[in-house]
Amino acid sequence: MIRAVIRAAFFAVALAGPALADESIVTGLSQNRVSITADFVGSEILVYGAVKRDAPAPEGSPLEVIVTVEGPAAPVTVRRKERVAGIWINNASIRVDSAPSFFAIATTGPLNHILSDTENLRFDITIERVIRAVGITAEADKAGEFLLALLRVRTQEDRYRVLEGKVELTEDTLFRTDVELPANLIEGEYKVRIFLLRDQKVIAHQERLVGVRKVGLERFIFNLAHEQPLIYGLLSLVLAAVAGWVASTAFRLMRN
Amino acid sequence: MQLYLPIAEVSVNAFLILGLGGIVGFLSGMFGVGGGFLITPLLFFIGVPPAVAVATGANQVVASSVSGVLAQLRRKGVDFQMGGILLIGGIVGSASGVWVFSLMTRLGQVDLFVQLSYVFFLGLIGAMMFQESLRSLLRSRKTGAPIRRSHVHSWVHGLPFKMRFRASGLYISVIPPILVGALVGFLAAIMGVGGGFIMVPAMIYFLGMPTKVVIGTSLFQIIFVTAFTTVMHAVTSQTVDMMLALLLILGGVVGAQIGTRVGTRLKAEQLRILLSILVLSVSIKIGVGLVLTPTELYSVAPGGLP
Repeated sequence: MIRAVIRAAFFAVALAGPALADESIVTGLSQNRVSITADFVGSEILVYGAVKRDAPAPEGSPLEVIVTVEGPAAPVTVRRKERVAGIWINNASIRVDSAPSFFAIATTGPLNHILSDTENLRFDITIERVIRAVGITAEADKAGEFLLALLRVRTQEDRYRVLEGKVELTEDTLFRTDVELPANLIEGEYKVRIFLLRDQKVIAHQERLVGVRKVGLERFIFNLAHEQPLIYGLLSLVLAAVAGWVASTAFRLMRN
Repeated sequence: MQLYLPIAEVSVNAFLILGLGGIVGFLSGMFGVGGGFLITPLLFFIGVPPAVAVATGANQVVASSVSGVLAQLRRKGVDFQMGGILLIGGIVGSASGVWVFSLMTRLGQVDLFVQLSYVFFLGLIGAMMFQESLRSLLRSRKTGAPIRRSHVHSWVHGLPFKMRFRASGLYISVIPPILVGALVGFLAAIMGVGGGFIMVPAMIYFLGMPTKVVIGTSLFQIIFVTAFTTVMHAVTSQTVDMMLALLLILGGVVGAQIGTRVGTRLKAEQLRILLSILVLSVSIKIGVGLVLTPTELYSVAPGGLP
């Protein structure tokens, strides 16, 4: 009898092991493309999905989901002001090789509870891991403070967001979250990553892309400015001169 | 109504921009200044990236200056000869200013440099004008006070290459106007402005031009300096936002026309004292900003250190 129980337990453990890896994600996005038109006031991406299993969900630690949305990255310079002879001037700076223009992370629970540091290191999930600053310690003695300041400034500008508990998980199977994109969006490919976690470990993840593009008049002006800068500059002048002349003439006619 | 700006890549309220353009255009038409020293800080304030604000501000100044010059032209308030001479100096000064500006950008101190130039030059000129116009305002109140001569002969009039400026009623050497033009062009390029607030007092006090032609001639000269700046920015850094400029211009040209009308109703002394107060307050505002402890010591700028 006892032997039978042990054997059953063995079986359960043997099954539970691979079952952990057998959970995978099926995801969908409400849109694959965001078009920036002249009246663009921001957009919202709905990230939804389901957990696909070949076996019943394992008992024990609960399932957690993390969704990140990451805008195109670019190098930035972080400067610090100091008082010199009574006035505040920039006198220390570091270069950060790559910082995303937008970053939102939505989770089912508090980040430090559901994600371990080692898994974060492996998958570069949080914003601290996404910002790449190789070798900045050589440039300034307190590089950490500069990175914290970068996070603080961008969070204040609403470019970086932490949305803990904003992923809805139903019956350990269906999940969804809305990520708002701000109006001052930059063009490029926005990377959406979805992580499934148990026991603070990533058990499955998936990546999708959302293309953000200017369209119509916005596209035309942007292309002209970058492809034909001289013509664009002269056109701006003509526009200015004509507007000035029209206004002047209109006013004179109005007075007469 | 929100509008997404294609170059600045921010969404702004269209009516706010129209209003800003209108106010700046009004001042521009009234005082003969381009208004760049107001529009650029105002655009920073509503979240337009500094590089786009400077370049687009220059474009807006072109429009309000054209509008202002046309209004002045009908009053015969433009001295084309003097404007042309000033412009020769202006181009030279502007080119050297652009060079210093890029040097400062490399050193990472361009913000400080621009702010200090604002505080120093606006403060100096504002204070000088304020003092002088206050004195002449008080003098004109007293009856029987001695009448100030339109211009006093000084070393300026002893220089060679004399030329007759009919519209200004002057017979002076071309060297002082070229120097004034060069200085203004240099400062204009550094501070991202047209330079009217320096040009106007320099014409009145240094060249001794009659107030009647000062505003028109200053605007005439500013058109070309800012047109040059606009094209330079468009070609080198693609920072001119046509959509933003158009909104500013629509507000600005209307404001400039109203400003010119109001300006003709005011006395020269009143006009000068108002301009000096405006210039002084911008200077004080920026100066205080440099001294007060900022709430955030760190700033984030796109692009790596060169």
